[in-house]
This record gives sequence, structure tokens and C-alpha cells, in this order.
Amino acid sequence: MHDGRRRVIAAVDASAAQAGLWPGMPVAQGQALVPELTVREARPDDDMAALRRLAGWCLRYAPLAAAAPPDGVWIDVTGSAHLRGGETQLLRDLVSRLLAQGFSARAAVADTPGAAHAMARFGMEEITVVPSGGQAAALARLPLAALRLPEETLDGLRLMGIEQIGALAALPRAPLVRRFGTLVTARLDQAFGRAPETIEPEFPPELIQARLTFVEPLLTAEAFATVIDRLTVTVCSDMERLGSGARRLDLLFERVDGTTQAIRIGTARASRDTRHLTRLLKERIERVDPGLGVEAMRLIVPRMGKLVPAQAAARLTAADMEEPDIAPLIDRLANRLGPERVYRVAPVDSDVPERSVRQVQAQEKAVGTWPADLPRPVRLLDPPQPVEAMALLPDHPPMAFTWRRVRHRVRRADGPERIAGEWWKRNGETRSVRDYFRVEDEEGHRYWLFRRGDGENAISGDMRWFLHGFF
Amino acid sequence: MFLPATRTETIARLRDQIARITHGDGGASRAVRTIPFGIPALDQSLRPSGGLLLGCLHEVAGAGPDTEHGAAAALFLGGVLARLEGPVLWVVERQDLFAPGLACAGLHPARLVFAEAGKDVLAAMEEGLAHSGLTAVVGEYAGRLSLVASRRLQLAAEQSGVMAALLRRSRIFNDPALAAPSAAVTRWRIAALPSDPPLPHAPAVPGLGRALWRLELTHRRGGEPGSWIVEACDATGRLALVAGVAHGSATETGRAA
Repeated sequence: MHDGRRRVIAAVDASAAQAGLWPGMPVAQGQALVPELTVREARPDDDMAALRRLAGWCLRYAPLAAAAPPDGVWIDVTGSAHLRGGETQLLRDLVSRLLAQGFSARAAVADTPGAAHAMARFGMEEITVVPSGGQAAALARLPLAALRLPEETLDGLRLMGIEQIGALAALPRAPLVRRFGTLVTARLDQAFGRAPETIEPEFPPELIQARLTFVEPLLTAEAFATVIDRLTVTVCSDMERLGSGARRLDLLFERVDGTTQAIRIGTARASRDTRHLTRLLKERIERVDPGLGVEAMRLIVPRMGKLVPAQAAARLTAADMEEPDIAPLIDRLANRLGPERVYRVAPVDSDVPERSVRQVQAQEKAVGTWPADLPRPVRLLDPPQPVEAMALLPDHPPMAFTWRRVRHRVRRADGPERIAGEWWKRNGETRSVRDYFRVEDEEGHRYWLFRRGDGENAISGDMRWFLHGFF
Repeated sequence: MFLPATRTETIARLRDQIARITHGDGGASRAVRTIPFGIPALDQSLRPSGGLLLGCLHEVAGAGPDTEHGAAAALFLGGVLARLEGPVLWVVERQDLFAPGLACAGLHPARLVFAEAGKDVLAAMEEGLAHSGLTAVVGEYAGRLSLVASRRLQLAAEQSGVMAALLRRSRIFNDPALAAPSAAVTRWRIAALPSDPPLPHAPAVPGLGRALWRLELTHRRGGEPGSWIVEACDATGRLALVAGVAHGSATETGRAA
């Protein structure tokens, strides 16, 4: 890169940084330090284009993403993080996927773009989640460079002896403005959430999308519903040309105040059924805060899938009749509750009861079942709860047990059913054993109890009793 | 004076006709509109339908300490659903069902879709009931149920023909709130009873036989309540009347003809 006088370094990789090179250093000086230095001409336009593509890719995480030159991407995860199991989970997933693509990345979530920017670049960890409202505390010890200020301003502040954001925030504002202009205080306010900062979202042109602008700002849910109808029809006809259907839809509300609100819906199976899609979208309208009004709405299809032909036409045999299509219902429930909370349960080949079931996606078909000859309770306590029990060793059922301070006398019992630890899965389970008993108390209630240990060898368990389920 | 049975029978027949007309096609899946228990004494007192009606709301609760977990109630519903076909939506507040246990009552896991709805159980149930591709929607609900809320479920079930079952749970033993008025067509309470020895001729032999339940039909729209002692669901979801035990209240045997 040329700064007008000489060629300077625009960016360095990790090993170059270790060798003492830094962006802004003249190339000649760098080559003097490291003779075998590999120099590649910086191509800012290509970098920007790549960043844009990356931002487009990030749409998988949230409906709003934008390139943040020179080296970052904004993602507005408001309302989307829970779909990935929380913010930390989302960041972990994001960084590991980027790593797999050959990017080294750091990521942070915070209330404000400014704080996230600072934590991602100057935080201690590769992944940081700043708790809501905690940006002032999180930023206090970071260097001033985290504030996105020009180099000369930073130099001026350093001359005043200020190194950390906390110290800067403690200064009176008026002299700061007089000396450095409004930028310093503006950046502080943006980072601390006292001033709004908007993200100009990225819309890869190859995605199917439709946008409508309004002469008068819209405010009511009915108006939004009408627009949703029109947008969906447009988008669906575009998808029809491609022969595909939507797996995900983002609806963006561009508000008068320059901010954007978004809702996102997903479908279990690609769909371009306008009735189904509009219904999913309209269910989410109430989550949108129109503020002073919405001046434009945009519907995007960030993820498409091959359309599986509707089965309704192919119901020829009785076998087809037995499998009604419940995908639309699964979509609606998943949109209401979150996709991870609608599921099927499939058997796993494991003797340990709590490992014998696994949640699978609701559109998957669970196959197989459990061995029918093993009685299992219909409710399972997770984790098993300790009970006080009296039993003759080694293999007699308890005569009585006390759970939650209530004593149950055992009238009938069946067992033991011995379940050995799975030493091939976990190291600690080489010798561990559980002896399960089905017991019935005097009232007729049936419980599933187990003793940790075989009743003879201490290595198999500590002989304590647990309640694991109800029949 | 009319025998109440004939009158309700006529009404039910007419209702059935209306339902068939409004549902138009009346396809194969709609042909079965009741699910009998297979126990004559029980089915007879549920006349004219002779069993649990699909397209209706039914309430089931446990009794005593089982009011909280509703284990017997879940097995009871599992047994009923095992004898039907088609997908079942099971809405819970928080998952504590153990699918292998339901499989022991004959309900195959492939037929079950679970939804963890937290506080939105009733709304999620209604969503499911609007979908006629389902056979049944079960909801486990621990809160207060208003008459309006139960009526909404009943209407949704009527419209789609999907069976709705509310499994009422409460931390309070035999919670009186569970007996508050509701629009459910039948309301059941399943109480565990001390079971008989596995081998009646050798009571000293240890082991567990089939569990014993007291089925209490506490409310029934257009009919009388009743109470029966039955053996719990077997592997195909069937109940059985306990042989040779004189049981049940006077109301239950009164109308059986």
C-alpha cells in the first residue's frame, strides 16, 4: 500500500506480527527486519468485495449483517441468538466455521456495535459475550485504539496521558470536544449505548428479494400484513422460476429513524406456499416495534431448498394415507417456540437409561424402538434424585425409602436389573454398576429406584440409592 | 319419561351426521370417530359413543402424590393413543417424559412429535389441533384452566376432528382447581391402587404383576360419572377389568343393560 510518500505495510499475519512488523510500517523497514518477508500488494477493493461476500454468508446467523471495513463484519443477532442455543454458542459456531474456511476470526457480542467492535479486536478472549448493560465495565481497561478513532486523535490523547477507555470516559466532555471535535465523545456514546449507531445491512444481489417503499410510514399490523402478502407473492413467483422453495425468510422493516428491525422464519421443508409463508410471517408481526413508522419493507430468501413435490396429489395407496404431512405444523410450532423445542425422540443403543433416547429433528423419521421386554418408567427424573433407603445387601429390593421427607413402605418389588457402566464410552465407568428395582409402595404407586454399586464391591459404586422415575 | 341414554344417543347420532357433512369427504382416517376401551362395562357407560370420542377435549389427571407427575395419567393416554394410528403431538411445559416408558404402553416413538412450550402449552395445543393431519394432541398443563380456554380447545378439536387430551398436573395432591368447570367432554382421574401378587395362587412369590388403577370418570358431558378398577395398560395399550373383583360404585352399574 502507498501512503503518498512510501510503500507501507497494510496488514500483517500472525507470524509477521510476532517478528515485530505492524501495519503502517514502511515496507523497506519491514524487509530490513525480516529479509525473507513475503510482500503482496494490497488490493483494498478485492478485500472489500470479499468482506461483502463474508457478510452475505453471515446472514445464516441473523437477518442483518454488514461488512465493517477494513477487517470486520457486523451481525445484528438481536432475537436470533436463541436459535443457536445462545450467544456464546452462536459465536463458537461462527468462529469454528470461519476457521474451517481458512479465516482466523475473533468475535464478540455486546449491546452496541461499538462495544462489540472493541471487544472483538482488543478483548482478552477469542470469543467475548458482554452482558447486557455491561459494556462500560468491559471496555474500561481496553486501549483507546478500540474506539475507532483516527491515529492523530489517538496520539493527542496519549499525549494527555490517557491510555485506557475508562480514563477517557471519566474526563469532562466539554474540553474534549473543544480539543478533538465531537468524534471522540460520539464514539464513546456509541460504544456505551448513549447514541444510536445503525448498521447498513448487506444484501447479496444473488438472493431472491423484494422491497416495497411507502409514501407514508406504516404503523399498524394490518398494514404490515397487506405488505407481507404482496412481498410474499413476488418472492414466491421468483422462486417458482428457479424451481425451488424457501427454507428461511427474512423480513426487514426499515424505520423512519434509520434503524432496521427484522423477523426471521424457517421452514422444515422448502416451501413456496404463499398461504403458509405469509401465515408464518404474520405470526411474528407483533414482535416488531415500528417506532415512528416503517418506510420500507424488504423480504429476502437467504436460504432456499429444492422443492419436494407436494404429496397431496400422489395419495394413491393406503400407505400414503397413513402418513399425513405435518411439516407446516412443525414450522408453525418451531417459529413460535424455537426450532430446538420441537423434536422427535429416537432410540439409541445404550443400556444406560438416560442415554437410550436422543432428540432428533421433527421432520426426521424416528426408526426403531426400545426392547419391549425391559420395563421402563414413563417419567424420568433428570438427574436421579437421592433417596434414603433400607435394603438387605447384596440384591434385595429396599424395604422402605424416603423421598422428599415422605417415607414409602415398599409392598412389592421386582429386580434387580443390573446396568453396567459403558466403559467403552467413558473412562470412569469401567467398574460402575447400577442395580435397578421397580417397587410399589403401599398406595400402589410405582417407582424406579437404583442403587449405585453391586452391593458387594465398593469399586462398583458407593451403594447410595436414587429415585430415577415413575411408572 | 325418556331414558337419558336414548336421548343422548339420538343427539350424538345427529352430531355425528353433522360432523360428517361439515367435514365433507369423510376420508378413511375420519371413519373411526371413537376409540373404545374394549371393556364392555366401561364402553357401555360411555354410550352412545361407546368409547372416547375423537374431535373432542378429554381431561386426565393423576391422584394423590401422582398429581404432580401424572405418570399413570400419561400411561393411560399412551395406551389410548397406542390403539389409534397416525402422528401425535405431545406438548409439555418441560420435558420429563421418557419415551421408552410410553413405548411400553404400545405408543411407538415414530408417531410422536414433542413440543416444549413452557408457558404456551395451550396455544401450542391449539396450533396442533388446527392441523387435521394429526390424530391427537396431548398437552401437559399445570396452570389454572379457564372455561374459555378449555372451550377454545374443544372448538378447535371439533373443527379438525383431532382428539385433544389435557393432562392436568399440579404440585398439590388432588388439587381442587383440577375439578373447576371445563368444557371437556370427559374428565378422568387415574389413581394407583395396590396391585395383586403376580401369581395369585402363590402370594409369597416376590415380583410385580400388572399395576392396578382406579379409573374415575369424574365428569362427562351429557352422561353420568363412574368408577372402575382396571389393570393398567399392557404392551398394546389395552386395559383389562380385574377378574372376579366386585368393584365400582352404584352409579356405574346402574345403567348397564
